[in-house]
Amino acid sequence: MSIAAPIAPPVERENYLNKEYGVGSWLLTTDHKRISLLYLLSITFFFFIGGFFALLIRLELLTPAGDLVQADTYNKLFTMHGMVMVFFFLIPSIPAVLGNFLVPMMVGAKDLAFPRINLLSWYLYVIGGVMMLHCMLTGGVDTGWTFYVPFSTAFSNTKVIEAGLAIFVAGFSSILTGLNFIVTIHRMRAPGMTWSRLPLFIWAHYATSVIQILGTPVIAITLVLVVAERALHLGIFDPKLGGDPLLFQHLFWFYSHPAVYIMILPSMGIMSEIIACFSRKRIFGYHFVALSSIAIAVFGFIVWAHHMFVAGISLYAALMFSLLSYAVAVPSAVKVFNWTATLYKGSIRYDAPMLYAFGFLGLFTIGGLTGLFLACLGVDTHVHDTYFVIAHFHYIMVGGALMGYLGGMHFWWPKISGKLYPEGWARLAALIVFIGFNLTFFPQFILGYVGMPRRYYQYPPEFQVLNVLSTAGATVLGVGYLLPMIYFLWSMRYGKPAPDNPWNAAGLEWQTQSPPTTFNFEKEPVVTWEAYNYEELDAPQAGGSH
Amino acid sequence: MFDNFPLWPDRASTAAGNVDALFIFLIIVSGLMTALIFTAVIYFAARYRRRKGVLAEQIEGSTPLEITWSIIPMFVFMAIFAWGALVYFKSHTPPRDSTEVYVVAKQWMWKLEHAEGQREINELHVPVGRDVKLIMTSQDVIHSFFVPAFRMKQDVLPGRYTVAWFRATKPGTYHLFCSQYCGTQHSGMIGSIIVQEPAQYEAWMNGGTTGPLSATGEKIFAELGCATCHRSDAQGRGPNLQGVFGKPVQLEDGRTVTADENYIRECILDPGSKRVKGFQPIMPTFQGLVSEEQVNALVAYVKSLAQPATNGTRTAAATPPAQDSNQAAAAGSSAGSATGSQVQ
Repeated sequence: MSIAAPIAPPVERENYLNKEYGVGSWLLTTDHKRISLLYLLSITFFFFIGGFFALLIRLELLTPAGDLVQADTYNKLFTMHGMVMVFFFLIPSIPAVLGNFLVPMMVGAKDLAFPRINLLSWYLYVIGGVMMLHCMLTGGVDTGWTFYVPFSTAFSNTKVIEAGLAIFVAGFSSILTGLNFIVTIHRMRAPGMTWSRLPLFIWAHYATSVIQILGTPVIAITLVLVVAERALHLGIFDPKLGGDPLLFQHLFWFYSHPAVYIMILPSMGIMSEIIACFSRKRIFGYHFVALSSIAIAVFGFIVWAHHMFVAGISLYAALMFSLLSYAVAVPSAVKVFNWTATLYKGSIRYDAPMLYAFGFLGLFTIGGLTGLFLACLGVDTHVHDTYFVIAHFHYIMVGGALMGYLGGMHFWWPKISGKLYPEGWARLAALIVFIGFNLTFFPQFILGYVGMPRRYYQYPPEFQVLNVLSTAGATVLGVGYLLPMIYFLWSMRYGKPAPDNPWNAAGLEWQTQSPPTTFNFEKEPVVTWEAYNYEELDAPQAGGSH
Repeated sequence: MFDNFPLWPDRASTAAGNVDALFIFLIIVSGLMTALIFTAVIYFAARYRRRKGVLAEQIEGSTPLEITWSIIPMFVFMAIFAWGALVYFKSHTPPRDSTEVYVVAKQWMWKLEHAEGQREINELHVPVGRDVKLIMTSQDVIHSFFVPAFRMKQDVLPGRYTVAWFRATKPGTYHLFCSQYCGTQHSGMIGSIIVQEPAQYEAWMNGGTTGPLSATGEKIFAELGCATCHRSDAQGRGPNLQGVFGKPVQLEDGRTVTADENYIRECILDPGSKRVKGFQPIMPTFQGLVSEEQVNALVAYVKSLAQPATNGTRTAAATPPAQDSNQAAAAGSSAGSATGSQVQ
């Protein structure tokens, strides 16, 4: 079954997990794989906090009257759900965990280019996270994750400054991760690993890193301006002092729209790896898929004002931004078509990672197509700031990004932990997540078109049926998310030891042992093959069927 | 049966049908695309499931295919864009001669004042079949005026006017929601739009009123002493306001702006920023001295001064002689007045 089987050593081989023990060996590590696990622990913690807020939101919305919590509490719940999920879970999720673990291994390097900066980025994330926790525990914040002025600068009497600074600090961790990836991908590829031999996961992370580096400073500046305006009444955004509240929205969305691509691009990278492996094929149109990542990153920066079609921007600005938004939809569509074409004449297996990939394709397609509705000026006027928008971006950011993240976690779990997860449970969880997700968010499309605005603590009674459906779905979804956490933890102790390459997958990360040694490879690999060389792996003489 | 479970919003304005048609078109287009992708994925997944001894067939890719599936969606997207732009353009260009309603939003209520003088809170009475133009501003944070049955939404900003319009087509009572999060009682900031048959509406209109808004404005204009400088001849220290509204104005710094609602408002609250050519910066600001409602009344008054000026000979003062083409342009852009004065 495994290449290593005939010479199975009596004792566990040395690897990055058992090389050293003790708290210090983790907190002061510069090993990208250990830092990846530190990130995994911290973002999982924040995911469950954000998820807990989501649960309370859905419970409150079970009935039209505001009866479970106070109005102010509800406003804090959706605000902190958004801030935690966006800044402390989704943005770091794939890059800081799977990217951190895999980028050096996939390019054939010992570590990232700047291992200490990598550790620093985790500490910045933790400092930001602790500030956010402190902010939440001492009263919280109620501005919505969007911090719209002048509400945030002059009217909210919650902890806006602290929340802003927490995100400011965490932002630097994102910038440093991006910086590290870009330098690593440019400078540390193994001999023979040319740009067109890079796995698409790397291309996706390269595009993501560009956005992290160019976009994050803008949100940092914007938050500093909000803090300064709130503390010192500078008059940048306050119309009474000659400021412009729309200026804030422009600055905010200049980062926060591309931020959506920080979440979805790495997930698209994972899709390419999984689909190639489980259909045993090179990705159809490799170069188009790679370049579409770059195109998304570039176009992503010039569509921000499609969040502002009814905010009071000029008619002509709205026309331009609508047009450009359709331009960014093309490379996303191209990716979906290429993944679908990859399946054609493949040899397809339905293991859990592939089930997540199918789930991703379904949810991302719906999320992407409903984006066409929102980019369309005439329709957006009606559905903007309603539950239609909520449904749309959850399909992208949860249906897309989170499905990809879970798919990736299953795919690389044997490599990360050295253990196999229970396949049956994993398939069941994938199914539950897919069903629960659709049950939660599909009714919200209808709810939005019928007219229920977002961020409503109480609502007219005719919206109740759809809200009850959505809450029921959220319970199912919650179970779907708890399951992987339970069986991953279980597998660490009781799981079967994983062979080095359980999927017989292509890619340098599978050519080293599971879990890898501290420096990943015994000796520097030399690459002489294209990415996704499944033809060679499956050729009869290789004996590679598994 | 669907009273408690509507799957489609009421359709009660001229815009609603346009938006619905576009929405249905989008559902069909995206439904077809979804069906295409799902069918392909499911078919391939089933047809090419792993079989012993059968290897995958490697296919490099196909540039013609890539071009095809980039170009075709691009054309479809452009069609959607164009249709959407058309609908948006209509809904953002209020017809001339609309009935005007001034809206002041504050945490957490809607204050509405008809040009004829009726005031309402969280309720707006309008007749069927008449164009209604909303001239909106906020006293505090950003709000948004959202009437699902009219498929109409416009953010309401502090410090300036935004404009929206609708023509109701069906009598009834419809939700008015605030759709931009505005604090504690955001979800309580809801009201109703009451659409009435013209006769009913006239009867309601003839209920108590303090006279038209422009008359209130005239009173405030006199009380604040505006008339000492803004005289109705060419001798004033400030521009003559007769016939100014809706016309281009030449500024001291060389720019030309249209005298729309936002411009008049800005002149009252921040007179130095867009000073008319040939006048000294002597006007004090009225920021903090007049309420949003009073500003609205003043704007309505200045607007009313433009009405009789159509008989050809205007008392020339504020506006330099304008070209005919300029006037045509001004007429067009004063309609979209939310953006008219944003000249850089």
